[in-house]
Amino acid sequence: MNGYNFAYLDEQTKRMIRRSLLKAVAIPGHQIPFGSREMPLPYGWGTGGIQVTAAVLGADDTLKVIDQGADDTTNAVSIRRFFARTAGVATTTHTAEATIIQTRHRIPEEPLREDQIIVYQVPQPEPLSKLEPSRAETKRMHGLSEYGLMHVKLYEDITRYGHVSISYDYPVMVNGRYLMAPSPIPAFDNPKMDMMPALQLFGAGREKRLYAVPPYTKVASLDFDDHPFRTTRAPQVCGLCGSGVSYLDEVVTDDKGGRLFVCSDTDYCETRRAEGHAGTELAA
Amino acid sequence: MNDDTLLSARGLNLRFGAVTALDQVDCDLWPGEVLAIVGESGSGKTTLLNVLSGRMAPQSGVVWYRDPNGHLVDVHAMPAPALRALHRSDWGFVHQNPRDNLRMGVTAGGNVGERLMAQGSRHYGNIRAEAIAWLEQVEIDADRVDHLPRTFSGGMLQRLQIARTLVTHPRLVFMDEPTGGLDVSVQARLLDLIRSLVRRLGIAVVLVTHDLAVARLLAHRVMVMQRGVVVESGLTDQVLDDPQHPYTQLLVSSVLSA
Ligand SMILES: Nc1ncnc2c1ncn2[C@@H]1O[C@H](COP(=O)(O)OP(=O)(O)OP(=O)(O)O)[C@@H](O)[C@H]1O
Ligand SMILES: [Mg+2]
Repeated sequence: MNGYNFAYLDEQTKRMIRRSLLKAVAIPGHQIPFGSREMPLPYGWGTGGIQVTAAVLGADDTLKVIDQGADDTTNAVSIRRFFARTAGVATTTHTAEATIIQTRHRIPEEPLREDQIIVYQVPQPEPLSKLEPSRAETKRMHGLSEYGLMHVKLYEDITRYGHVSISYDYPVMVNGRYLMAPSPIPAFDNPKMDMMPALQLFGAGREKRLYAVPPYTKVASLDFDDHPFRTTRAPQVCGLCGSGVSYLDEVVTDDKGGRLFVCSDTDYCETRRAEGHAGTELAA
Repeated sequence: MNDDTLLSARGLNLRFGAVTALDQVDCDLWPGEVLAIVGESGSGKTTLLNVLSGRMAPQSGVVWYRDPNGHLVDVHAMPAPALRALHRSDWGFVHQNPRDNLRMGVTAGGNVGERLMAQGSRHYGNIRAEAIAWLEQVEIDADRVDHLPRTFSGGMLQRLQIARTLVTHPRLVFMDEPTGGLDVSVQARLLDLIRSLVRRLGIAVVLVTHDLAVARLLAHRVMVMQRGVVVESGLTDQVLDDPQHPYTQLLVSSVLSA
């Protein structure tokens, strides 16, 4: 690693990010500005998440990187390689073996533990950005915990579609105080954030914001008493491992329109298959 | 300040460069009372409304408000969150142009329900029922509840704004030329509606208008402003039927000759 600092970023920058992370942990769900650095990856490739990971990574950590639940996409592979090269840390695809999990679009199916940290890549940290374009105004709304506008959006959805139409990045209240964007994870994953034993860190590189949810913090998806938040998943079981509870992706299997529903969390699926579970596809 | 005064201002001053918008203005408002601020364009009416409602700070002077618990609060010394909370619930503000207040991309029901949601209402069915009840109170058909305001006429938009404002049962509503810019026949209907709502609900109103006919129809008392100075004030009929100040006499006569 000659010529490289541990985990790419210089010590000064990592200290700055850690200071922002400490603030973020102290005020759960509150966005903290930070001096986001240029990274050797374009924005949209998780530069915010990478900087957070770089700042908390230690030599004895084991890193897992997922993208849409999978460890083997280009994005996940290149980030994992990046840290293997710049920090020499061990990497894994097994959720249970990881101490730090950097993620885009999913939370692993396997419940996380107190000795783990999950780092989310965040494109848009401001949950009110679509409703209120002025940053000064959204700042005021957060300051005063004035979130009626978000409920107006939910009200309009129910009026128009009979239900809340947000399926990704479904807004949550953290610790009863701050409205937070959980990043574009499916609403299906929202309940996993509530009272999670692991530390949850969020990094938005382009928007230069960090935020956090400390272990065992209340995270509630916004809803109405008479239209309570509900998760949805495809009604199928996984074609490969037979799971009837995991989040499924629909994949095209051939050019004749064949389709298959499989776990989006590849490690969860492989682990189940290794344990002897099988879906319709493998049984056939 | 009297024991049951709702709002009271003393010695308000505000200058914009060489322009004196408010010059030693005093003002008192009792619960359920409608006070009209009249005067020609540029006399300081809107500025006074903004200062009374805490939206704009005076250079000197004080505005007291008696909150629902009976405590006197200094409007310009309140922490911002408390003032915003007041504006969200116990106070209302009706703008001349309803588009300045309404969310044009949100249904009528959502517009009326917003203040309820801001106060913590979390039952969709109740919010919607309340919105429908308020639409009916302002004479908008219940079946318009899911329509966007952009399909509403000017008069309907103003009535929608009033429903959106009154839904939290404010004790005090500030109105700036609420019938300005509307056709005469539409104005008449709106004035009737405002008068009956305000009477029935016992709402106190500070009403800015340059139209003395509007003041006569709605207000218990009027304050006449000229270049930032209150030149005359008193019971509406007294001031308009027997104006003492030359400026008021001019205003009244120009209305009569109009
Ligand atoms: N923000 C400002 N900056 C500079 N001058 C201002 C400002 N606001 C008001 N003024 C001036 O203060 C005076 C009073 O204005 P104000 O808007 O209160 O009058 P008004 O009685 O409401 O008039 P109108 O009937 O036209 O609405 C005017 O001379 C106006 O030009
Ligand atoms: Mg004005």
